[in-house]
Amino acid sequence: MKLLRMKPGHGEILLAEGDVAVPEQERELIEAFRRELDAGMWAAVPTESLGGRREAELVKSFADVPRDAERVIFFPRAAGGAPGATPTSL
Amino acid sequence: MTLALGTAAIILVVLLSELTRPRLEDALARVRRLWAERLRGAAPSGYDPGRERRAEQRARALLRSCVEEADWAMYRDLGFLRVWGRHGERERDSGAPYAYLIYPHKPIVAYLPQTGELLNEYCVAFPDDSKPYGSSRLPDSDDVLAKWMALTGDERRLLVDANMHLPGRQIDPERVQRDLARLAQWERERGRRPSGWGRDKRDPGNVRAA
Repeated sequence: MKLLRMKPGHGEILLAEGDVAVPEQERELIEAFRRELDAGMWAAVPTESLGGRREAELVKSFADVPRDAERVIFFPRAAGGAPGATPTSL
Repeated sequence: MTLALGTAAIILVVLLSELTRPRLEDALARVRRLWAERLRGAAPSGYDPGRERRAEQRARALLRSCVEEADWAMYRDLGFLRVWGRHGERERDSGAPYAYLIYPHKPIVAYLPQTGELLNEYCVAFPDDSKPYGSSRLPDSDDVLAKWMALTGDERRLLVDANMHLPGRQIDPERVQRDLARLAQWERERGRRPSGWGRDKRDPGNVRAA
């Protein structure tokens, strides 16, 4: 599993990489994961359905990351502010 | 006579130069100061066009690896991505009730695919406060990917964090209508049926994208 982070002026950087089946490597992945969340990042796992449909899954803890995920992408949390809603006229 | 005139001229020149010297010195100092400010303004922001270009190339590769091939082609050819809305399940059988256009570093535009009516603009940004190179702004394609992941991962959460406005606040509605026409033309040329149209959004059996 790879932990990637989007970075201004750089593109993504590799934060950590390891095998979740190896306890020591999993610990390092968990620590890196927590660091990013503590820094205010959002974490997403790209997914692909059996039909080929691609989406992302937002995760809030390492336990939510599927064990077979190949990568987790961190990006700065959304900023905007005003209370939103689903689009009007719906 | 000539000698007297010559002497007078020399004295006049010397007097004039003495009188104007302070002003000349002030003017020179002003020019030096302006020049220094201009140099300062041009350089130290840390902006490096080559680095930004490389960052954008990496971001495009990451985006391409995450979205469907047709969506990547849409972004490559048209400069924006369309994402189908997930709410409004009542109309699922007749197709996605609404969709979004994602532009880099511009609001997300919600619209009705059936009519082309624009619904809202959702102003949202993903500022990186660590500003590693003096800017909090992600590369264009990273911004698009962040919006795509947030919308497909948790649409409602993203909309709650966004500023919602009526259409036209930041993006010219005529431009959006032109983009929708370009999108329709692009899909006709590719012989492509819109991928979210009439599809069940709760597609079971997700696996991880490579």
